[in-house]
Amino acid sequence: SLIFEFFGLLSVILCPLIRSPGSTGNSEDIRCKCICPPYKEVEGHIYKQNVSLKDCNCLHVVEPMPVEGKDVEAYCLRCECKYEERSSGTIKFTIILYLSILGLLLLYMVYLTLLEPMLKRRLFGHSQLIQSDDDVVGDQQPFSNAHSVLSRSHSRPNMLNKVEHAQQRWRRQVQEQRKSVFDRHVVLS
Amino acid sequence: MSNGGGAASSSTHLLDFLEEPIPGVGTYDDFHTIDWVREKCKDRERHRKINSKKKESAWEFTKSLYDAWSGWLVVTLTGLASGALAGLIDIAADWMNDLKEGVCLSAMWFNHEQCCWTSNETTFDERDKCTQWKSWAELILGQAEGPGSYIMNYFMYIYWALSFAFLAVCLVKVFAPYACGSGIPEIKTILSGFIIRGYLGKWTLMIKTITLVLAVASGLSLGKEGPLVHVACCCGNIFSYLFPKYSKNEAKKREVLSAASAAGVSVAFGAPIGGVLFSLEEVSYYFPLKTLWRSFFAALVAAFVLRSINPFGNSRLVLFYVEYHTPWYLFELIPFILLGVFGGLWGAFFIRTNIAWCRRRKSTRFGKYPVLEVILVATITAVVAFPNPYTRQNTSELIKELFTDCGPLETSALCKYRSEMNGSTAYTDNPNQPAGPGVYSAMWQLCLALIFKIIMTIFTFGLKVPSGLFIPSMAIGAIAGRIVGIAMEQLAYYHHDWFLFKEWCEVGADCITPGLYAMVGAAACLGGVTRMTVSLVVIVFELTGGLEYIVPLMAAIMTSKWVGDAFGREGIYEAHIRLNGYPFLDAKEEFTHTTLARDVMRPRSSDPPLAVLTQDDLTVEELQGIINETSYNGFPVIVSKESQRLVGFALRRDITIAIENARRRQEGIMLNSRVYFTQHAPTLPADSPRPLKLRSILDMSPFTVTDHTPMEIVVDIFRKLGLRQCLVTHNGRLLGIVTKKDILRHMAQMANQDPESIMFN
Repeated sequence: SLIFEFFGLLSVILCPLIRSPGSTGNSEDIRCKCICPPYKEVEGHIYKQNVSLKDCNCLHVVEPMPVEGKDVEAYCLRCECKYEERSSGTIKFTIILYLSILGLLLLYMVYLTLLEPMLKRRLFGHSQLIQSDDDVVGDQQPFSNAHSVLSRSHSRPNMLNKVEHAQQRWRRQVQEQRKSVFDRHVVLS
Repeated sequence: MSNGGGAASSSTHLLDFLEEPIPGVGTYDDFHTIDWVREKCKDRERHRKINSKKKESAWEFTKSLYDAWSGWLVVTLTGLASGALAGLIDIAADWMNDLKEGVCLSAMWFNHEQCCWTSNETTFDERDKCTQWKSWAELILGQAEGPGSYIMNYFMYIYWALSFAFLAVCLVKVFAPYACGSGIPEIKTILSGFIIRGYLGKWTLMIKTITLVLAVASGLSLGKEGPLVHVACCCGNIFSYLFPKYSKNEAKKREVLSAASAAGVSVAFGAPIGGVLFSLEEVSYYFPLKTLWRSFFAALVAAFVLRSINPFGNSRLVLFYVEYHTPWYLFELIPFILLGVFGGLWGAFFIRTNIAWCRRRKSTRFGKYPVLEVILVATITAVVAFPNPYTRQNTSELIKELFTDCGPLETSALCKYRSEMNGSTAYTDNPNQPAGPGVYSAMWQLCLALIFKIIMTIFTFGLKVPSGLFIPSMAIGAIAGRIVGIAMEQLAYYHHDWFLFKEWCEVGADCITPGLYAMVGAAACLGGVTRMTVSLVVIVFELTGGLEYIVPLMAAIMTSKWVGDAFGREGIYEAHIRLNGYPFLDAKEEFTHTTLARDVMRPRSSDPPLAVLTQDDLTVEELQGIINETSYNGFPVIVSKESQRLVGFALRRDITIAIENARRRQEGIMLNSRVYFTQHAPTLPADSPRPLKLRSILDMSPFTVTDHTPMEIVVDIFRKLGLRQCLVTHNGRLLGIVTKKDILRHMAQMANQDPESIMFN
């Protein structure tokens, strides 16, 4: 079931990201950029215009032309024109997706580290927490009450219980990982 | 090869037909090594079963087709996911990096360059100026110039860098502690047959992706290539769970992981072929031809997906893709080789100091405060990096600037040469002229940046945030190379009458290209620290698209590898593997000592005797007693204590699972039931409880060597076959056992290293 969740997320990420360039529709997303270095008395300048690929050359883009007559060809030879395309929709979508995931994770982290121990303490009393833990320093570690909740919940075999069971199992795994990496420095030092 | 239930023989017992494979047998514990031979046998049996049923019906035929093609499906999905995630990481990291500087008022999601994309206010000298982009000083104080706004910008830069780093380490600590570090040493160990549960899981993937962006954006001296390999391997692992062919077989899963790591490097550098060679040379342990083709396919799919996302708006995969067309001259090989020597020296220095610092962190009180450490390193980096424009900018942009050669279209300070045209103090951007003050000040700043990066990378690699090593090494090499290139250029200008330069260089013409020196320096430093050879040449070649520069690249990379090897044979990843004590039997090292199997095997003379099981003598209680008293992973099974003739080998985990399963499912199994490993039950008195048959978990073909076998051959067998243990016999009778851990400890002892540092089985 979590795998299908992953699939769903992947398709949500992929579909808007891969679109053919022609269908962007936003005319602001194409440009022709001509960089012209200093020439005689004329200073260097950068010209940009929303033209298509076939019009992307010095004569169409450099306006107003700073030199006259015969110098135009020499000036244009030194200029370098490049056609560039971007997808502003992709960028917007990506940033918003990233920030929302980051925000959700931050909220969950605040809930796990600050709110949940407070709620559990108020609901179940102080004594339950103290007796449930092995060798974790203090109650500041997140998931430190995983064992006690796990032992309490085998009476109701329904969906909510399964979710809570899975969550407690995950917390225990993270607790183990944290012990190996941060406390005992066994892996990933 | 254990006989699965249902093997047809002429005198099958009735109970054989009722025997199914016991669920859980054949899986491995966390932090244990897999048995490659057993996994490959399991796969061949599965394949035979499917093939034999193929002709029965159309459904079976479809199933066999699906089985054959599932490999391609997995690598395609892995390539797609890697490309998509790499695009997400690139776009988000770019945006967050510029967030330290200011915001784009018209569209908040654009970084500086994208914000000014359509603006007509950009000038030739300031390519990124526009009114929509506001720096923090402008937003808060209302003015863009002046000392007050400089201090405000400084302060906001430090604030953002600190908050990104703090967020990153908090997320890693709370959700997925395995997401820290580079990932490549652990993936190397996993691919050689080690199990680390959760290292390639969903949460690790998500946290690594999110925190990688934060870590890169906080300005720390790290890169994202190593973590991208980890991300790609996570995708490969997750997708392989959809197909039972890969999820149930650890050896087949590692084929998918090899292909995934190729896809990871391919999206990091935009180099599909380099990615495949990197997977072959650095990451994978066994690399059959089938994996080669699939890795290439995965790398191509990933590169294609990344290109269609088009993160940088110029259809290039990597930010510092540069095309050179200028030739190089033979005399330039001398500075290139010098750059190679620098790369090798820096690589050896970095490996020594980084390992010493990581060892400090591991064993003393320093390691107790990871969050504080990250904040401290981020603060120091931000405070020192802001004043120098070369360290303030994104490291990838710095590399691109250094790789780009000076020409009429470039306006960086590095290109402010003094023009000789009218004898006046006009400045030009053409190289091969005397250096103007702009170039001198840029050189000073580059020297300071070099020292800063060298020092900070030592403390940054190994922090508890995702950190890669490729980009900082390339930056250090590029800075060194550019300095050497400019020095050579000025030498060529001021002494154009020397023999060397007179032969090849004409006055006023393009002779030396400092950008090429930067590229060669970057390759040399990266080769010096990772000791990559072929893959590095191909990656840099694909980055620059020039076949002409193969010779200087190879000269520099070979020199750096030789110089680095003179100080120590290990690259940075092998050194970290040794620091962590992973059971990695390096295929590149040769075992040259003359010891025999007898000297390495256990039990030694001072140890208790070998714990063996007899084939039909034990009761369940005695068996459980042996398992509880010892901590060995497996037990040889012998005919009887008098003859000591070998029957097979049984693993502890399998025995435990089988006994539990039997007690749950079968009736009448009690503590004094007889356990037998033979095909038929031994004759028992009439009132004894029902015996327990454990033949299905017995490995009937364990590998054996005699006690006089030279250790060279034993190590070779372990490497080539991927064994976990090997039994030692003397005159046909069982004498002892050699495990992979014993071999690693023996090799460490022979190399005068601490044998107790090998921690895992």
